[in-house]
Amino acid sequence: MNPNTPAERLYNGIVKENPIFVMMIGMCPTLAVTTSAINGIGMGLTTTIILAASNMLISMLRKVIPNSVRMPAYIGVIATLVTIVEFLLKAYLPGLYTALGIYIPLIVVNCIIMGRAEAYAGKNPVIPSLFDGLGMGIGFTIGLFFIGAVREVIGSGTLMGMHIMPSSFEPVTIFIMAPGAFFVLALLVALINKIKDHKASKGTSYVTESYGCASCKDTECPSHKDRGGDNQ
Amino acid sequence: MKELLIISVGAALVNNVVLSQFLGLCSFLGVSKKMNTAAGMGGAVIFVLTLSSFCTSLIYKFILVKTGMEYLQTIVFIMVIAALVQLVEMFLKKKSPALHKALGVYLPLITTNCAVLGVAIINVQKNYTILEGTVNGFASAVGFTISIILMAGLREKMEYNDVPKSFQGMPIVLLTAMLMSIAFFGFHGII
Repeated sequence: MNPNTPAERLYNGIVKENPIFVMMIGMCPTLAVTTSAINGIGMGLTTTIILAASNMLISMLRKVIPNSVRMPAYIGVIATLVTIVEFLLKAYLPGLYTALGIYIPLIVVNCIIMGRAEAYAGKNPVIPSLFDGLGMGIGFTIGLFFIGAVREVIGSGTLMGMHIMPSSFEPVTIFIMAPGAFFVLALLVALINKIKDHKASKGTSYVTESYGCASCKDTECPSHKDRGGDNQ
Repeated sequence: MKELLIISVGAALVNNVVLSQFLGLCSFLGVSKKMNTAAGMGGAVIFVLTLSSFCTSLIYKFILVKTGMEYLQTIVFIMVIAALVQLVEMFLKKKSPALHKALGVYLPLITTNCAVLGVAIINVQKNYTILEGTVNGFASAVGFTISIILMAGLREKMEYNDVPKSFQGMPIVLLTAMLMSIAFFGFHGII
């Protein structure tokens, strides 16, 4: 696929560089709000909207913003968008607003958004940047939905609010509490590693292991510079 | 006094920022490979989080509330935190090179550590006074340091363990975090 076409950007965000399962970034909301599938989708879509809008704006402004102050400028743009979306949610979707709580303003420091601004939108034209944001956001939403669905089915016996488990099933409440979040994500990542290994042994090339800005906290990490690893 | 004690125990142990509120997870997972880097990160977080909770409570109480601009809190807080981290870094570089050397590399990373912004927002939501907010910030940071140091200790030992291939890397770290999180549930009875 040609790089920088809308389709390639979407594929890149959803599969190749999926923010949750491949890059392992944006962990705080990933674990905190996925107590149910619907919350996961809500958080995912909110982030998608902000990510697409911020990528678009930053890409439009990329020739205006001086290189030396780009970080504060990006933070300003992102914080403004988050504030707008926060008020929209408060007015039109109060239920979701209460469920997500403090994690809505915290989208400002979600590393996916700063990461994409730094790694992609600051250097590329508007249309590909928009689709890059959409792709990453959809990839993030899919990840949140899976984690949320697993936790909701096991932890409260429902999916999207509907009872799907037989009545004899006793919900394992710990899955919707903090330890359950770590457990489900650990198993899903292990499963994906397993699939990758399987594919690799068959000779299909696959993306190299990378843990995004989380591991780039280590200053010795070589990709620290080009991934904008200093966020979150 | 009793209030403050309850806030600190609550923030440091019962509602540990990392293990029960999932704030600051990126640095918790990223910088916990070695004990001394984890301790450095913890120290820097304690320093900045205490200072930033004080500053953000002050600005919220005396500027945003007075002028009726509470709706700008997210933007103002993140800007204040970013500016504060820069100032602290410059100040330490000039006045205390030794401390700067110990904390230096971690300081810029803290701007986007979501525990810092998270605690500032929690202080506003729970309507803490400036003193309570500062204590809450300090205690949360201590909680962060406790968990990151425990995690680093465990990960150093885990280097020598035979971990199944699919679980190597992040999955085993997340499983360890799960067990720590269950252990921290034990503190729920305290308050």
